[in-house]
Amino acid sequence: MSNEATLHSQQEVMHGAHDHHDHEHHHEDNFISKYVFSLDHKMIAKQFLITGIIWAIIGAFFSVVFRLQLGFPDATFPWLESILGHWAKGGRITPEAYYALVTMHGTILVFFVLTAGLSGTFSNLLIPLQVGARDMASPFMNCLSYWFFFLASLVMMASLFVQTGPASGGWTMYPPLSALGDASIGSKIGVDLWLISMALFVVSQLLGGLNYISTLLNMRTKGMSMTKMPLTIWSFFFTAVLGVLSFPVLLSGFILLLMDRHAGTSFYLSDIFIAGKALANEGGSAILYQHLFWFLGHPEVYIIILPAMGMVSEVLAVSSRKPIFGYLAMIGSLFAICILAFLVWAHHMFVTGLNPFLGAFFVLLTLLIAVPSAIKVFNWLTTIWKGNIRFTPASLFSIGFVSTFISGGLTGIWLGNSSIDIHLHDTYFVIAHFHIVMGVSAFFGMFAGIYHWFPKMYGRFMNNTIGYIHFWVTLVGAYLIFWPMHYEGMAGMPRRYFDYSSWTSFNQFGGLNQFISIVVILVFATQLLFVFNFFYSIFKGRKLTEQNPWKATSLEWTTPINPGHGNWPGEIPEVHRWAYDYSKDGRDFIPQTEPIGPNESAH
Amino acid sequence: MHTMSIQRKKIHPHKYSLWIAMGSITMMFIGFTSAYVVKRSQANWLAFELPHIFWLSTAVILLSSLTIHLALKQFRERNMQRYKQLITLTAVLGVAFAACQWIGFSQLKNSGLPLSGPVSASFIYVIVGVHMLHVLGGVVALLIMFARAYRTRIRTYSPVPIEVAATYWHFVDVLWIYLLIFLSIAR
Ligand code: HEM
Ligand SMILES: [Cu+2]
Repeated sequence: MSNEATLHSQQEVMHGAHDHHDHEHHHEDNFISKYVFSLDHKMIAKQFLITGIIWAIIGAFFSVVFRLQLGFPDATFPWLESILGHWAKGGRITPEAYYALVTMHGTILVFFVLTAGLSGTFSNLLIPLQVGARDMASPFMNCLSYWFFFLASLVMMASLFVQTGPASGGWTMYPPLSALGDASIGSKIGVDLWLISMALFVVSQLLGGLNYISTLLNMRTKGMSMTKMPLTIWSFFFTAVLGVLSFPVLLSGFILLLMDRHAGTSFYLSDIFIAGKALANEGGSAILYQHLFWFLGHPEVYIIILPAMGMVSEVLAVSSRKPIFGYLAMIGSLFAICILAFLVWAHHMFVTGLNPFLGAFFVLLTLLIAVPSAIKVFNWLTTIWKGNIRFTPASLFSIGFVSTFISGGLTGIWLGNSSIDIHLHDTYFVIAHFHIVMGVSAFFGMFAGIYHWFPKMYGRFMNNTIGYIHFWVTLVGAYLIFWPMHYEGMAGMPRRYFDYSSWTSFNQFGGLNQFISIVVILVFATQLLFVFNFFYSIFKGRKLTEQNPWKATSLEWTTPINPGHGNWPGEIPEVHRWAYDYSKDGRDFIPQTEPIGPNESAH
Repeated sequence: MHTMSIQRKKIHPHKYSLWIAMGSITMMFIGFTSAYVVKRSQANWLAFELPHIFWLSTAVILLSSLTIHLALKQFRERNMQRYKQLITLTAVLGVAFAACQWIGFSQLKNSGLPLSGPVSASFIYVIVGVHMLHVLGGVVALLIMFARAYRTRIRTYSPVPIEVAATYWHFVDVLWIYLLIFLSIAR
């Protein structure tokens, strides 16, 4: 097999793996090359995951702090002052701190956790393992991708500690607030650090994305045609394509913003008065930024959700012991979502004075997304329908994903109608919509992925009991937190306010807000339980004794329990069938590596 | 107890990644130019002529595309001496291109259109400037290849690096032609 493979000489990946013969005699890796600047995609995946977990704890903790303010606007929490200092004088956070916390919460969760932590982890882990490659196309670029992410993290982290605090104009960083240092205390160096960090982040995403695409298109093992790939791989593919095409546009928007901040240009600025004084800037348009931002911003939400969709498809098929329903329709709908994602950005801009005629097109295209989304939901439901479901934590989280994706997707259809959106825009309804459909669903997909592939990553299992507690509290909690926000939003309660108490019409929600905040604290505590389970299981979890614990068909389970760099000792297995031969011909499952029998029809 | 087999791949991964990266860079400039189009359709747009030196820089970058093409040919024929000369020439032309653009900036500034001036001028600085950075990135790559050509200990005869560099070079060239046409038509 190897002669047909040597179209070109071997690449850097093989240096480490090629010349040793047995896994017991692993060649001397020192600590730095094994754990720090590792070139092994599996180690890089773990680096992404653990960095993501740390960010998730920070980002979620921020939400606990600002929920305290929203739930208990009159109470004081002296311990807050001891951790936040002058940002929480007398135990009550200041308005500036509130905006900073909200902004950082959004930035961290959207980009650092659900983009880098989610697709960074699983694209890295699963692409080579599931397509049958020794490593990524360029392991060096892959390593760089993580370290750019790490640098971006450092800069963002540093911005939390500067005198004037981090950026605080909202995760979308709209000008003019973000363009003028004098506009607010959170518009000073915090925004510069934010922009630098995000530029590094974009570089990291591009390096990763290039690698994912070239690996999965170019380095599949023998027999692994595109339509034999598991749906995880298809979803990582579309995710990477979205990222590679939309992040550069965001970068150009950021470059213009930086110029406005420091070079005196007026791309986004016009007719502005600060403290009674008119600024010289003329001829710019703040709306221009919104176009550039949402041209990424909308694909970004799919960058977050597609990997989760892929993993859920995989876990649902494995745990219901049934082939995925409508494999080709699943790919087709991913493709449709990917195309439409580039054509709907202006649905975030219905109230910016967008030409209503243009708005109508965006309404139409936005509502069209419901079609592929519905196809996917239908296929997940039919996959588990009458299945012989094994209720592992991974499968529960996958089912939970389907539930939250339905509830959150339905409210998207409300928002997609511009006439309804004019009422709902910038209210808690939008918060409810995107937290359920993106925040909660993507986290559920990620949890499903972690529970399911943890044995592949660490050779041990996570604790199931804690897993069940984690699932049920999170599912119920998430609905209790976000469902009531729909009502607040329909009543017109705007988002991004520090204190509603002087606003009599929303006093009716005082109790509800308290309730939400209490549930937030409970759910947060449960996530810490998960984190405990994760780290405890790395060292003390039940050991894996068989290669293929879930009885799955895909290639990653044909590697040794603790695969070395290069993944398969000896030959890379050849693939003969698709990844979903479950309950076929009286057999529970047939691995992808098994040739099609004489009396058997290929899928 | 067998050795690992070699990875199967259809196209060299670096070439593959380059093509995707070029798509990505293109998207960035599409971002800039569509921002430009949106802005132009609004009030207060000041039209002016591009600095004439941009035509000279166009000639320079076209010439450098030719020299890198020849360099690749010489490499394939193992004329290492000519190869080294030609990539040096290409790098010099790349720097000359950047210098021309820089002179263009000062011409703009002297004609009363500084960076912080009207938006139409600011766009020229940013778009041309970011493109220039991409050309200089190519120059750095050429310098690395030049240094490699002098290495005596490890000799590589793989044409892949020079092929990748040449493709990238033609790409920034075409990108410049596109930007020039765009900026002269959509004034
Ligand atoms: C049926 C599909 C969907 C439709 C029709 C839809 C529609 C919309 C609309 C019209 C808005 C703008 C609301 C406003 O600001 O007034 C919005 C906001 C949002 N949507 Fe969706 N959506 C859908 C699915 C999704 C999915 C799958 C995700 C993520 C995975 C998502 C994430 C978001 C986010 C993050 C925002 C708010 C961003 C912000 O303003 O901070 N949506 N959605
Ligand atoms: Cu959107």
